[in-house]
Amino acid sequence: MKKTLIPVALGLAASLGLTTAALADIRLGASISATGPAAFLGDPEAKTLEILVEQLNAAGGIGGENIALVLYDDAGDPNKARTFATRLVEDDEVVAIIGGTTTGTSMSILAVAEDAEIPFISLAGAIDIIDPVKRHTFKTPHTDRMACQKIFEHMQGQGFTGIGLISGTDGFGASMQAQCKDVAGDFGIQIVADETYDPKDADMTAQLTKIRNTAGVQAVLNPGFGQGPSIVTRNYRQLDIGLPFYQSHGVASDGFIELAGADAAEGVRLPGTALLVADLLADDDAQKPVVTAYKAAFEGKTGTPVGTFGGYAHDAFMILTDAIARAGTAEPAAIRDAIEATTGLAGTTGIYSFTATDHLGLDLSAFRMLEISGGKWTLAE
Amino acid sequence: MSELLQFLFSGVTVGAVYALVALGFTIIYNASDVVNFAQGEFVMLGGMITWFAHAAGLPLPLAALIAIAATAALGVAMNKLAIEPARGAPVVSLIIITIGASIFIQGAAQLVFDKQIHSFPAFSGDDPIRIGGATILPQSLWVIGGALATFVGLWVFFTRTLLGRAVLATSNNRLAAQLVGINTNFVMTLSFALSAGIGALAGVLATPITLTSYGVGIGFALKGFAGAMLGGMGNPKGALVGGFAIGLIEAMTAGYLSSQYKDAAAFIMILLVLFFMPQGLFGRKSTDRV
Repeated sequence: MKKTLIPVALGLAASLGLTTAALADIRLGASISATGPAAFLGDPEAKTLEILVEQLNAAGGIGGENIALVLYDDAGDPNKARTFATRLVEDDEVVAIIGGTTTGTSMSILAVAEDAEIPFISLAGAIDIIDPVKRHTFKTPHTDRMACQKIFEHMQGQGFTGIGLISGTDGFGASMQAQCKDVAGDFGIQIVADETYDPKDADMTAQLTKIRNTAGVQAVLNPGFGQGPSIVTRNYRQLDIGLPFYQSHGVASDGFIELAGADAAEGVRLPGTALLVADLLADDDAQKPVVTAYKAAFEGKTGTPVGTFGGYAHDAFMILTDAIARAGTAEPAAIRDAIEATTGLAGTTGIYSFTATDHLGLDLSAFRMLEISGGKWTLAE
Repeated sequence: MSELLQFLFSGVTVGAVYALVALGFTIIYNASDVVNFAQGEFVMLGGMITWFAHAAGLPLPLAALIAIAATAALGVAMNKLAIEPARGAPVVSLIIITIGASIFIQGAAQLVFDKQIHSFPAFSGDDPIRIGGATILPQSLWVIGGALATFVGLWVFFTRTLLGRAVLATSNNRLAAQLVGINTNFVMTLSFALSAGIGALAGVLATPITLTSYGVGIGFALKGFAGAMLGGMGNPKGALVGGFAIGLIEAMTAGYLSSQYKDAAAFIMILLVLFFMPQGLFGRKSTDRV
C-alpha cells in the first residue's frame, strides 16, 4: 500500500528522456486510513495530500525544494499505524508526519513521533491527543467538546433548557455524547432524554418515539457520524417530531443532505466549517481565499464534493509547509518550533494560532452554525 | 397505544430486513450444510450495484434486475472458483472459505465502487403512511412483502418441486443423491445462484431504508445469521420468524427498557432459545445413526 510520488516523478523523467532524475529534497510521511472502517474519512484525506503535494511541486516546491510524500494506508488499525510510523521514521527518514485519521491510529503514531522527536500533525478529533500537550504533537480538527459547546451556545440563544440526546455507540458518538453531557450544565441545559443506537441499525423510530414522549424536550441533538445520522434524520421526519433538530460536525458534508434527503434534512442545524459555505462567506473573510482554492482543486481533480475531513488534511499540510518555509530548513526540530510559532494562519477549518500550551490552535469561532434550507447549507447566525 | 404501534412498525421494518438476509442463508445451508458467511456481501452488492447502475443513468427497476443477476452470477463464480475446488473438505473448512470470499468481495467492492455511503430513491416515495398515530414508510412494506414472497417461494421450492427436493437430498447424503441420479454439482451451482440472488434482492429492497456502503455486509450477515439460528438453520419458516423476532425484540427493548440494552436483549433471547431448543424454533431434529 506504499505510495510515493518519487517513482512517478522518476517515471515521468524517464519517459521524457531526461537524464537527470528529479530527486525530491523534503520527505514528508503520512499514515492515513484510506481503507477500512474509517475509509470515508481517510480516502478524501489521502487524495487531498496527493493533490496538494502535486500542486506545490508544480509551483516550485518550498524554496525550490520538492516535496516527496510517503503515504501509507493503515486501514484504521492502530497496530499498523504504529508499524508504518516506525517505518516512516527509520526507513523513509521523513522530517514530519501527517496522519492518524482516527483517534486510535493517532495515539499510536504519536508515541513513535514523540520518541523520535519528529513533528506530528494529527487529523483526529479526540482532545486526548493534545491534552496534556505533547512537545511534538499538534492537531487540526476541533474537538467534539468544542462542537458541543457551539451547539449549546446556539440552543441557549434560542432559550432551550431541556433537550433529548440520541447518540451512536461508535467511538465518535460515544465520545461526543460524554463531552456534551459534561458541558451541558455550563449552558443551563438539561439532558432529559438520553438514547443510543448502533451505527449499523436500520431504524431508530423506537428511540425517537421515546424521546418525543419525554416531557420537557425542546430540541434534539444527534452526535454521530456515518450512515446513522442520515437514518435518524429520515426517521425524525417520518415521525414528524417538529422540534428543532441538531446534528454534529461529524456529518458536515453535502453527502449528508443527499443521503438523508433534502426534505428530511430541511431545518437541520449543525456546527460546520467554512468549507461547506465557501460561496456564502463575506469577501473580507480571512478563510475565503483558502477555502475557495481548496474546493476548486479538490473538486476539479476528484469530481467529488469537498468535505470537512479532507479539509483537516489540507490544513495539516498547509501548517507544515508554512512552518518549513518559515524555518528555512527541513530539520525536524526547527520545523517543530516553527509550527508552534504559527499565528493567524487561515485554513479551511479555522484560523490557527498555536502556542506552547495550545497545540490545537482553534477556538469556537472556527465553527459556523449552519442550517440546511432547500437542500443547501445556509448560515444560521 | 400509538407508542406500542410505532415500536411494532420499527420492529417489523428491521425484522423484515433480517428475515430476508436469514432466508438467503437457508438454501446454501440446505444444499451443503455450509453457513455462507459471504451472504452479507451479496446483500451489499445488491445495494451497491443498483446504486451504481442507477447513478449511471439506468432506470431503477432495470438497475435492480442487473444487480440481482450480477450478484447471482458472482455466487456461481464463488461456488466454481472457491467451493468446488475444495470439494470433500470438511464443512468447517468450507465455512472458512466463505469468510475468505466475504473479505475478498468487500475489498474488491471498495476498489470497483468507492468508500462512501450511498442510497437510491424509495420505490413508492418517502411519505410515511399514518396508522393510528404511528407511521411506517412505504419502503418498509416493500421489504416486508419481499420477505414474505421469498419465504413462500422457498417453501414451495423445497416442498413441492423435484429440484427443491434434490437440493435437500444432496444435503442429506451427497453420495446417495448422486446414486439416484441427482446432478449434485448443478444443485450446488443452483443453490449459490439462488442464495446470492435472494441476498441481492434483500439489498435492493433494504437500501432506501438502511443505506449502503462497501462495509455493510458483515452487519447484515451477523443479524441475519442470528435470525436464522433462532428460527432453526435451513428452515425458511424459521428464518422468517427468527428475523422478525429479533427485530421486534430490539425495538421493544429500545422503546420500553433502554436503547443501550437492545442488542444484548436480542442475544440473550437467542441464547435462551438455543439453550432449551438447540435446533432453534423450527429446526429439524438431527438424528445420528450408529
